[in-house]
This record gives sequence, structure tokens and C-alpha cells, in this order.
Amino acid sequence: MSAKVKVVKRKGDTLPEKLYLVEVLKGMKTSFGHFWRNLRDNSRLYVRHYPEQQPEITPRWRGRHRLTTHEDGSIKCVACFMCQTNCPSRCIMIEAGERLDDRDEKLPVRFDIDLLECIYCGYCVEACPKDAIRMDTGIFSLVEHNREKMLVGLDELAATPGAFTEDDYQKRGL
Amino acid sequence: MDATAIEIMKTAFPYGQFTEVLDTVVIDVPEDKLHGTLARLRNYPDLDFSLLLDVTAVDYLHYPGHTGDRFAVVYTLRNWKKNRLLQVKSRVADPVKGVVSATDLWPAANWAEREVFDQYGINFKRHPDLRRILNHWQFQGHPLRKDFDIENRQICLESDSLEGPIKERLAQNGVDESTIKDINTEVMFLNLGPSHPATHGAIRILTALDGETILANVNEIGYLHRGFEKTAEQRTYNQIVPLTDRLNYCSSMLNNIAYVKAVESWMGIEITERAQFMRVVLSEFYRIQDHLVCLAANLVDMGGLTNYWYLYNEKEASYDFISRLTGARLTSSFTRIGGMYRDFYEGWEVDMENQLKDIEKGISDCLALVLQNRIVHERTQNCCAFPGETALAYGFTGPCLRASGVPFDLRKDAPYYNYEAFDFNIPVGTNGDIYDRMMVRFEEMFESMKIIRQAMKMIPGGPVFIDNKRIALPSKNEVYGNIEALASHFKLIFDGIQVPKGEWYDSFEAANGELGFHFVSDGSGQPYKCKVRPPCFYKMGGFHEMVEGEMVADAILNLGSINIIGGELDR
Repeated sequence: MSAKVKVVKRKGDTLPEKLYLVEVLKGMKTSFGHFWRNLRDNSRLYVRHYPEQQPEITPRWRGRHRLTTHEDGSIKCVACFMCQTNCPSRCIMIEAGERLDDRDEKLPVRFDIDLLECIYCGYCVEACPKDAIRMDTGIFSLVEHNREKMLVGLDELAATPGAFTEDDYQKRGL
Repeated sequence: MDATAIEIMKTAFPYGQFTEVLDTVVIDVPEDKLHGTLARLRNYPDLDFSLLLDVTAVDYLHYPGHTGDRFAVVYTLRNWKKNRLLQVKSRVADPVKGVVSATDLWPAANWAEREVFDQYGINFKRHPDLRRILNHWQFQGHPLRKDFDIENRQICLESDSLEGPIKERLAQNGVDESTIKDINTEVMFLNLGPSHPATHGAIRILTALDGETILANVNEIGYLHRGFEKTAEQRTYNQIVPLTDRLNYCSSMLNNIAYVKAVESWMGIEITERAQFMRVVLSEFYRIQDHLVCLAANLVDMGGLTNYWYLYNEKEASYDFISRLTGARLTSSFTRIGGMYRDFYEGWEVDMENQLKDIEKGISDCLALVLQNRIVHERTQNCCAFPGETALAYGFTGPCLRASGVPFDLRKDAPYYNYEAFDFNIPVGTNGDIYDRMMVRFEEMFESMKIIRQAMKMIPGGPVFIDNKRIALPSKNEVYGNIEALASHFKLIFDGIQVPKGEWYDSFEAANGELGFHFVSDGSGQPYKCKVRPPCFYKMGGFHEMVEGEMVADAILNLGSINIIGGELDR
């Protein structure tokens, strides 16, 4: 086993190659093969009729973030700053406040993500010790008219639902 | 390195201090002996360090426990025949006075030293063309110095005319001022780029033309410079992984793997068997992707748009597979220090096999059009040929070096991740022309598929992450319920993985050539210095030599065939 060196043969010395037309016609056979096949049945073309036809988004997909909530609707985030610390692009800004619902001590009063800075690496999800932030919204296309609108806040993050069932989401692996 | 080589060097350089770091020998030499040492290493037949991999400097201003001179320069050399890796290090007493340049020994040092001058402000005596390279010409200060503020961004208000360098280059090629001005032989100056579809990125190629023939060429890069190395100094080791995606973005996973491999080898981490095989499968898969992009673009430059669809359709389909696997199409961020981010998903073997079959079909359709096509032969054969010796001197590695007939491949010469267990060929060319560079890439794709298929049969089960609390994040279930795991999770996120103090270089065979990382660690969770040795930086450094005397249209083909990726070139 192990690697062997192999010299690549140089083409171009044979008569059919020098005659040009012979080889070009052979090549045309391939092109026309594609042409007829696509003419008869264009379902196999690599064309996606976006936006009518959406791309396949799987549970591993790192889409726009959302903040998860408990069953009663209260936010799971405890403002521990782990995601903010682990973010390589420094795009998360949290302000912590006192929590009065007896679940935990703190909650975020401000949780902004600058989506123009975000590089969608998923490090915030990896860092979260409470499963409070996920990137499972399936949102991959973000367009706004100005920069300010690309700063998403606590309400919007908490209001966006996940795109997958809990079972499917867990199957993506950790 | 073997003991005999060290013995020879110890006799040759009695003044040097020898240390061994990983598989690299580091020689510390006094400043005045630096050039002499390098010259002997280059020319002495017993040593024969024909490949200058990289030149960099270290600023020890804030390095804990450091005394003496603030700067040091490091030359990384390789004897590819005997797999000897060497670093020559010298302290720099006064950066303004600097050290003697090695450009006369390796032309590759030209651009490498310019980069050091640009980033660290170290002067190189007898350097023919010491200008800034990654930062623009109006930039003030030297960004990689430790006292340079990362927020100190500067805007370029006016582009560099490059009149001086191109005239100098013309003079070197025997075109004097009177010929330039004479009405019968007047030279035309033509800028290709920086924003030009044929440059495949933002590169400025300034040519001096006689009709369509290139008399002289000077290139300006750095349009995509975003300070990867400076940013890396402010991030923990794992946080740099997503940044490496953006180096060679056509094969992001190869950068991910190369980066973590460099850190792991210093820390002595032996990753699990499954992770090793995963890395082999994925790096070969990404090598195919990279070659597909390069060849497709190259054939478009030649006017063969049909080939582009045959190759790119398959690449597009691969992105769907990649997004299922990693969660993103382009920026994989799939490795972590100590293993892989996630395991393969269920049923990946079928998807991978289908992907490989489709790619095979795409490549053979493309080859049916180009392999025996006389137009392709006449456009590419003996065009921009680069002999092996010159390619080595310019620091070429990877497919472009192999196309020149030099059978150097790290997978063969310094195998890692069980590469010695696979049965595959290293394709080499003969002439080093555009034709060879293309055909070597075509062949390499078939070889990569062979490796993937073998690895898929051999891949064992088991975890993809090592079991070490100081490196691996605890599993999420433990973090949710167990205070000890939670504490360890907090510690790893806040402080990062603690990497022992030291300096090392580690390399990896990426799609474009040797991708190396030179680290300096101060023992904390963030690298003190992280220097990338990007393969295409050195290829671009030899570009002028390849295209001078050729036609403008050939320069475009040549640029495509050396596969310049702006993200990696400019960092």
C-alpha cells in the first residue's frame, strides 16, 4: 500500500487528435446526449425554481436564531453570557435583569443579535447550557432595507417558532 | 528529522542552538550569521533545503518571561526529498536596520519578506522591492505588532500607480525607457483587475504589453485582506475554526482540519480512529470540490462554458450533501480541537456514493469534451510552462508543483491520519504547463475518490471526540443536569482550551498545496501568534515569471490554472 507516483500521459500526438474534427464530433456526441435528454425530460436538470421551490433544510442547518421558551411561555435564557462569550464575531449583546418567576435568578432584559455581523457558525448554540438558543428556525434568507432592522431583539427571537419537531431536532446529534 | 542530518548541520553551524519541536528542527542563529546559514542550507548538497515554505516574524513585546530583543524572524524550510523540516530563527536587534534578505537564494522570499516588512515593520537589507503587500500603500503602522490596536482600521484613498515597479521590471527584462516611448515600439500598460471577471477575485494584474505579448508584469494583492492573523490573536483556539472557513472558501473543511491538526499535534492529542477516518473522507471530498471549481473556472476562461456546467452541477449537488452534514453550504466549521463537531448523519454512505458517482459522470463528460480536443491542447500545452526547479524556488507546493514533475505530496512524504494505509497514486506532470496543471487535477480527483471509497470501507464506529475534560465540551445532557459538567463547560467556554507554551509549525496537504500554521502560544487559551502559510500566496508570487513572454489571454488561463483563492491569498 501507500502512495505511488504516476506520470500523467500527455495527449495530442495521435492522428485523430491532430485531425481535430474526429475528436470534436465525439465530444459533440456527449453534448448532444445531454441536449436530447434534457429536451425530452427536464425534471433532472439542476435548476431550482426558487422561491416557489425551497431548498431542503435539515435539522442540522444553521439558520437564523431563536430563543426557546418554557411551556408557560417564559424565556429559558438565564443571561449567563456564555453565547456572547463564545461568539467569534461578537454579534450578541445581552443585558441581564432580575428574574421574578422563581425559575432562575436572572433573565435577559435585552438580547440583541446583529445579523449583519453574525457568521452563522453555531457557536452560541454549542455554548448554551440551558438549550435556550437554537438555530433551527430554517430561516436562511434575510433581507432588510436598512442596517438597523438587521438587529433582532428579544421579542422577535422569542416569537419565532422552530421549523422541526423536537425528535427531529434532537436527532441532529450534539 | 534523521540524526545524520542533524549531525551534519551541527558541524556546519557550530554557532547555532538546536532544538527539536514536533518533526521540525529549529536552529537559533545570531543575526549576522543568518544569511550565511540560509545560503549553506540552500546550496550544500547534503542539506538541500530547496523549498522555502514561509518567512515570518514574532513580536515578543508581551510574551511572558521574555527578555532581550523584541523581534525575531523565522524562515521555514523543507527538504522535500527526505522529508526534513527546518526552521531558522534569528533575533532582530533593530527592526529599522533589519536582517539580510534571502531573495537571492529563494525568489519565494521576495513576497514572504515583503509580508513580514508590512506586518511587523522589519527591514530586509538587499531586498529588491521592499513594499507593503497585504495592507495598502497608504497604511500607517504595522498591524501584527503587539502594540498595534486592532480597531485602527485605515482606508485607502487612492490606488497605487505601480509605475515604479513595472518600469523596474521592464528594465530587468531589457526594455529601456527609449523603447517604452518610441512610437514604433511603444509599450501599452494594461490593468487586469482588481475587479475583473477573469481574475476570479480581487487581484490587480498590471501588464506592460507589446501588442498582445506581456513584456513585464507586476501584481498587487491584498484587496481581500481582513486581518485573519490579527483577529486570531484575539480569539480562543476553537473560536478560530470558523475564521479558517474563510481562508480557502472552496474547500473550507480542509482549512478546518489543517488548523485543528496543527493545534492537536502540539498538544499531543491523539484523536479517535473514527474522527481520523472522517477527516480523511471529508478532506478528500473537499479536495475534489476544490479541483472542480478550479477546473470549471479554468475551462470557462478558455471559452468552454459547457464544461463548466458538467463540473459545477455536481459541485452544486455536493453542497446539498455538505449542508445536510455540516449545517451550512460553504462555511462548514465542522472540526473542533479534539475531534469533529458532529458524527456523520444516518445514511451518509448512500449519499456519498451517489455524490461520487455523479461527480465521476460529470468529470468523464467534461473529459470527453476536452481530453482529446486539439483546441484545448493548443491553448494549454507548452503555455506558461514552469520547470520543477523554478517552481520549487518560488515555493510552489501541491498540484502546481507536481505538474512541474516534482512528486512532493505530504500525504506520501509525511503521512498523517493513516494515509500510508491507502492505495492511491500521486499524479505528476512533465512540463509544468497549463495542460499539466489541469490534467494533474483531473487525475487527483479520481485518486481522491479511490481514497474515499477505501476509507468508507475501513471507517470504524465509536466516538468522534476524545474523552478529555480539559479539551472536549461535556455532553449537553450532562451540562443540563450535572453541576460538575456545567462547571467544566463554563471553564472551557470562558477560558478556552489551554495550550502549553511554545512555538511550532505544522502542515497539511490542502487542495492547493501545503497549508501550514505557525503558532506561538503563551500558555493561555488564545494564540499569541497564528501565522498561516497559504499555498497560493507563493504561487501568485511566481506569477509574473510564468506569464512574461506569453500572451494576455494565456495569462488569464494561467491565473485560473494556479487556482488563486482570494480569501487565502490575502487573509
